[in-house]
Amino acid sequence: MGITQILFWVLSAVALISAIMVLLSKNPVHSVLWLIMVFFAISGHYILLNAQFLAIVNLIVYAGAIMVLFLFVIMLMNLNTTTEPQKNLWLKLTGAVAGGCFMMMFVSLVRQAGDMQAKTAQVTDGNIGLIKNLGKALFSDYVVPFEISSVLFLSAMVGAVVIGKKA
Amino acid sequence: MNNVLHFAWLVPFFPLLGFLVNGLGRNKLSKSAVGVVGCGAVLLSFLVSVWIFLQVKGGNTYVAEYFPFINSADFKIPFAFQIDQLSSLFLLIITGIGFLIHLYSTAYMHEENSAHFARFFAYLNLFVFSMLLLVMGANYVVMFIGWEGVGLCSYLLIGYWFGNDAYNYAAKKAFVMNRIGDLGFLLAIFWMLAKLGTVSYGAVFSQAAELTTADATIIAILLFVGAMGKSAQIPLYTWLPDAMAGPTPVSALIHAATMVTAGIYMIARSNVLYSLSEVAQHLVAIVGLATALFAATIAIKQNDIKKVLAYSTVSQLGYMFLGLGVGAYTGAVFHVMTHAFFKALLFLGAGSVIHAMHHEQDIRKMGGLKKKLPITHLTFLLGCIAIAGMPPFSGFFSKDEILAAAYAHNPIYWGLGVAGAAMTAFYMFRLYATTFFGEFRGTHEQEHHVHESPSAMTIPLMVLALLSVVGGFIGIPEVFAKDAHALHHFLSPVLVTEQAHTMEHSTEYMLMGISVAIAAIAILYAINKFSKKPELGEPAGLGNVLANKWYVDELYDAVVVKPLHGLSVVLKNVVERSGIDGLVNGTGKLVHYGSRQLRLLQSGQVGAYLLAMILSIVVFMLVWFNDGTIMNLLNKIVK
Amino acid sequence: MPINYYIFLAMALFSIGVIGVLTRRNAIIIFMCIELMLNAVNLLLVAFSKMHHGAAVAADAASQVGVDGQLFVFFIMVVAAAEVSVGLAIIVMMYRNVHSVDINFLNRLKN
Repeated sequence: MGITQILFWVLSAVALISAIMVLLSKNPVHSVLWLIMVFFAISGHYILLNAQFLAIVNLIVYAGAIMVLFLFVIMLMNLNTTTEPQKNLWLKLTGAVAGGCFMMMFVSLVRQAGDMQAKTAQVTDGNIGLIKNLGKALFSDYVVPFEISSVLFLSAMVGAVVIGKKA
Repeated sequence: MNNVLHFAWLVPFFPLLGFLVNGLGRNKLSKSAVGVVGCGAVLLSFLVSVWIFLQVKGGNTYVAEYFPFINSADFKIPFAFQIDQLSSLFLLIITGIGFLIHLYSTAYMHEENSAHFARFFAYLNLFVFSMLLLVMGANYVVMFIGWEGVGLCSYLLIGYWFGNDAYNYAAKKAFVMNRIGDLGFLLAIFWMLAKLGTVSYGAVFSQAAELTTADATIIAILLFVGAMGKSAQIPLYTWLPDAMAGPTPVSALIHAATMVTAGIYMIARSNVLYSLSEVAQHLVAIVGLATALFAATIAIKQNDIKKVLAYSTVSQLGYMFLGLGVGAYTGAVFHVMTHAFFKALLFLGAGSVIHAMHHEQDIRKMGGLKKKLPITHLTFLLGCIAIAGMPPFSGFFSKDEILAAAYAHNPIYWGLGVAGAAMTAFYMFRLYATTFFGEFRGTHEQEHHVHESPSAMTIPLMVLALLSVVGGFIGIPEVFAKDAHALHHFLSPVLVTEQAHTMEHSTEYMLMGISVAIAAIAILYAINKFSKKPELGEPAGLGNVLANKWYVDELYDAVVVKPLHGLSVVLKNVVERSGIDGLVNGTGKLVHYGSRQLRLLQSGQVGAYLLAMILSIVVFMLVWFNDGTIMNLLNKIVK
Repeated sequence: MPINYYIFLAMALFSIGVIGVLTRRNAIIIFMCIELMLNAVNLLLVAFSKMHHGAAVAADAASQVGVDGQLFVFFIMVVAAAEVSVGLAIIVMMYRNVHSVDINFLNRLKN
């Protein structure tokens, strides 16, 4: 087992444990912090897959900006105390079982797909994840969606302001 | 001679116009205007009929084709009129007698208010129109249109006084009975179409020889079923006596002179088909004879003046069918004509009596009207003599011709026919004597008011009486004078050659002598018995059975109506209420209940929706990728 | 690395997100679980991108196959950012109106 495998397993374990902790934490602030841990682990995976640009964007946009926004809202509304009313046990159990079934289904489907078994993802190698290559593609082939996403941002901003202004 | 084709349509057109004018203008027209329109329409079409009669007198026949009625690929039914000797004769009878009855009605119905008066004349005109269509149609479909129209008008006119439930029931009964017969007629048309592909008279009769005997028999019998309904033969005759619920002129027009002869007309028209099928001919003869006797026995014990005449009509129609059955088509048509004269006369005479008696119809409450109603009395007497078959009145010639043909066919037919004729003479003179002789038995008030009818009623009576007396001379049998049977010559182009009478003249004289003698004895006996001492009490024994019409209505009630009614009750209460209603209401309730339950799913809880979504995805995947692996995997996990 | 490993990891993260959405009532936590699911998908997209790229490079060293997968991730992040801004605005609104972020109060559509 080389260093890559070890890193993969460690990052996977961190991601899963942190994700579970997001659910289990009573305090929303802790949930946010655990989620940031998940994002760090996923960014680690990105680096492992040599997708450096996305790894950085993930950290900056998600773990940085978005999660800070979450934290900001939680703090603003003073929700950091564990005031969340709990669902009753049966509903929780039902949810968990449903989610479990959901996962089971996908897992079995993947196991069933024969041609997936031998495929591998290129790790620590390949250069498409580099900013240079992605940037070329983004500003040539994907320039229109890129511009449209700017319109999306503008409208999202306007929307957020309008909603926020309404008393 | 295209003139005939150009003007023939006028014959039914005038009554139709009269119907529209009177029917649509019933709230605006005065009674006299209605009377003029109603009578005028029929008079005009009578004049055209006379003209047509003169055209076809020489032996010409025409088919006037106006427009395609049904046109579908090879299947063509034109709207066409058949103008020949048979139809022109019927046209004369219908429009001529129809006109007299219209005239009579203007006086008879004068008590009605003007809207109802106009309605009555509209119906009468519509009836005449339908009847003319029936007679003039050049194929069975046009005839069927008229046939149905006649049935409808009969329904409308019997139920004319619709305020009375009993009359409405009578109207319904007539309609339903007619419908049963109509079904037979309709099936006959279909059979004809299936086998010959055409319904036009000319084509049907020319191709009839190609039919197998079985097909010809089936068509003939089905047609006869139609005739049974319309012409009131056993077993579909019961509507006719009940149809006396309508105003008396209606009884005279529809149920004596014209509508009931439609069946005779149809069979006479289809004589080619009948001559192909011996079975059908025998059936017609036997049913006719049975009806003649059966109705005559019932008539003996009836006390309602119109009922007696109604059963007498049924009985006379039986004679006509006997004539048709034994191949004496001319005789049957001849009897239709003379019967139209004297039966219209008798009905109108009865109407005059009823009018005078203020709508009293029970002969037990009449009596001694001879002096008070001289014209009515005299004309009624002439009608009675004519129907009894006394020479030289019209009934003698026509009835005798049928009886002679029956004798040639089978002497038993003749014997039974003479018995029926004797009964006819007996009950007619029972009616006559009870009504006109003896003491007046009505109330004092009625006695005070009894008066002779106005001239609008007596003139038709006199005209019809004249016709009843002399009408027979167009058909003088060969035994009296050679080649004197004008009607026979006139009709020969449209009727198949009849079986020649191979009787000796002496035999024929003897037959006539016997029937006249028996009828005369019956007349004298009846006058003697009833003029002094009419039977006023309730009849007993066989008389009671006869007075109750052999309990045929009760029999039909028990055999057909009651079971049907019982079935309907069961269907209504059980099948309809708990079955159909249960199903319908159950569906509603189920949906209602289901929606109440389903409504709970719409809790508004986002969590619940999400859960449903996830579960749906799981189920979807299970179904979509279900090739066993998932279950295997789950099994493995469980193990 | 075998692609299956990535798939299973992404599945697990996604399912955890699903379970979180189903079991929690706090709108913000639910929102975070949605982000978790998005990230699981992102991870999978990158993994597939590398899988295809690896296969294509074996034939052609200069191949650019797989770039679009990573660009998709980029766009998902863009959309997620926009979504979060609007979503959080809505949550703030909701808190102002009902003084709670419990999604059980979000049943006003019912009537």
